[in-house]
Amino acid sequence: MTNKHNNEKSYLFDNPRNVSYLIRGLYIICALLFIADFIVHRHTVHPWEGFLGFYAIYGLVACVILVLISTEIRKVVMRKEDYYDVDE
Amino acid sequence: MWMNNLPPFIPFFIAALLVLVTRGQLRNAILIATPLFGGLHLWFDVQPLVPMIATDTLVVANSLSYTANIFDYTLNFMRVDKLTLLFGYLFHLAALIAAIYALHVRDTVQQVAGLIYAGSALGAVFAGDLITLFLFWEILAISSVFLIWARRTERALNAGIRYLIFQVMSGVLLLAGALMYYNDTGSTTFDFIGIDSMAGWLILLAFGIKAAFPFLHNWLTDAYPEATPTGTVYLSAFSTKLAIYALARGYPGTEFLIYVGAVMACFPIFYAVIENDLRRVLAYSMINQLGFMVVGIGIGTALALNGTVAHAFAHIIYKSLLFMSMGAVLYRVKNINGSDLGGLYKSMPWTATFCIIGAASISAFPLFSGFIAKSLIMVAALQEGYNVIWLMLLFAAAGVFHHAGIKVPYFAFFHHDSGIRTKEAPMNMLVAMSIAAFLCLFIGMQPQYLYALLPWHIDYWPYDLTHVLAQLQLLFFSALAFVWLNKRGLYPPELHSVNIDIEWSYRKLLPATGRAGFNLLQSVNRTILKLVQTGWRAFQHSLQTGRLSKYHLNESWPTGSMVLWIGVMLGGYLIMNAIT
Repeated sequence: MTNKHNNEKSYLFDNPRNVSYLIRGLYIICALLFIADFIVHRHTVHPWEGFLGFYAIYGLVACVILVLISTEIRKVVMRKEDYYDVDE
Repeated sequence: MWMNNLPPFIPFFIAALLVLVTRGQLRNAILIATPLFGGLHLWFDVQPLVPMIATDTLVVANSLSYTANIFDYTLNFMRVDKLTLLFGYLFHLAALIAAIYALHVRDTVQQVAGLIYAGSALGAVFAGDLITLFLFWEILAISSVFLIWARRTERALNAGIRYLIFQVMSGVLLLAGALMYYNDTGSTTFDFIGIDSMAGWLILLAFGIKAAFPFLHNWLTDAYPEATPTGTVYLSAFSTKLAIYALARGYPGTEFLIYVGAVMACFPIFYAVIENDLRRVLAYSMINQLGFMVVGIGIGTALALNGTVAHAFAHIIYKSLLFMSMGAVLYRVKNINGSDLGGLYKSMPWTATFCIIGAASISAFPLFSGFIAKSLIMVAALQEGYNVIWLMLLFAAAGVFHHAGIKVPYFAFFHHDSGIRTKEAPMNMLVAMSIAAFLCLFIGMQPQYLYALLPWHIDYWPYDLTHVLAQLQLLFFSALAFVWLNKRGLYPPELHSVNIDIEWSYRKLLPATGRAGFNLLQSVNRTILKLVQTGWRAFQHSLQTGRLSKYHLNESWPTGSMVLWIGVMLGGYLIMNAIT
């Protein structure tokens, strides 16, 4: 990254190590939350909820699908920024 | 204080007049004092006479009232029950936060429009009959458009006109529906309406435009991002939530709304993921949030309706907070495109922090306000056996974290360093944001106070281990998906672009059809003209070449033919005289 502010102080995420700490922290939390499903006795209302890791997998899959579909939608709906300002 | 039946809109309208004739600190004092003391007055002095009774579908309310007569018609300005009171507190709170946020603005148009707008929203909430509702519905539409036009750009002007067309259409439908309703029932009292009659459908359509139902939603994503930084904060609070109030009053338990709401909760998140203007991302996520509320109204049980109302309460505050943080960025940087921002946490750390609190609230993290409200609707959907709807809402809940919870703060304040260095937001903006952030956390951590205000009896506590664990799993694995997609380069980059939505039909298709139709008519016109002209010329030609043509009047030297014709005419007279 070209830094045109050489003499300013270094901020939290300027150091790539801090970013990787953050991401590693996320991995650990996810792992712990997933393991918690095996330990905690859950009072579920609906049978689907009772599957191990239901919410975790649903969240992960839902978001990946969301982004992949959005990317496809973008191919259809995206136009130039001045699309509505010019008459063809 | 006094007068426990003073309609809450009156102080706002008086204040709007006072703002016109005052300047400086006095004007600021009026702007702050109006929502503050109005809200306190409502809190301490106004009590519902009879608590609300809820059956599963029907809301029965009793009220004290303040009426006025116009001709023979009685306008009911002050219907008070727990539902109106809750929205009354909420709108005062939102007006107060927005007023503090806009305190640096030196623009009489915006200040007057803001007060009238907030006042008319309150007037509509406390309206006891459909005609009064209609009056405030229209004042609301007209006053709010000035918050868009106050941006004073051509885009804002045009977006404002489109916005106004939709809002006025909604008002006209409401009036038509109200008159038909009066014709059917002999009453204009605004209580449960339902969709058994044509009138019911018309009024539902009127509310639906304001609540941004699918296909009627585009005015919101079109106009809100074009308003001024402070104007959008006002806009985000009142119009759509008034529609939610009206739906909760008129259409609880209407199953149709469950499906409408589920679609509203799902489709905008796809747009939000690929939208570049971060305030437009928030506008799309607003429709998603309204979807949750509409589902709750459609389910119509006490739990679901409480969920809707609680969600509206929490939503106004965290949505204002998010719009305030993005407004602060727009105010400082003069740009709100995700593609151009990044790294702003360095120069605007407080704004970034407040934005993250708002993002955590809208994502419904435990301990934040969204969690304690959204849970009610989700549980109600499960209890009533709407499994597919529940899955759709769960998808929407993961999606909202994705675009509003991560995308907005990430692309504005983190991401790569855009090199932009600016100042922290002005003090009044920070104060307004800190009040909203505090409320997000307070409601999230101490939900019993909000629950106590809810209109119906509630027997629910969101913080049990199962529920918290489920929510955390959903959210953290959504975050995991974001990280993974970003690392793989699959995440759609922020690009300078617009995405065509239903507005394409009236901003492109309709004008293009109009032009094509006009051209078609013109060419038809030309063809017919040509045909007639050719025919006429051929006729003339045939006359000139015939044997009689030398007696024809159009001869260049017509003396001979004139003599002949005069002879014919005189002969004719003679014959006619002989006959009669």
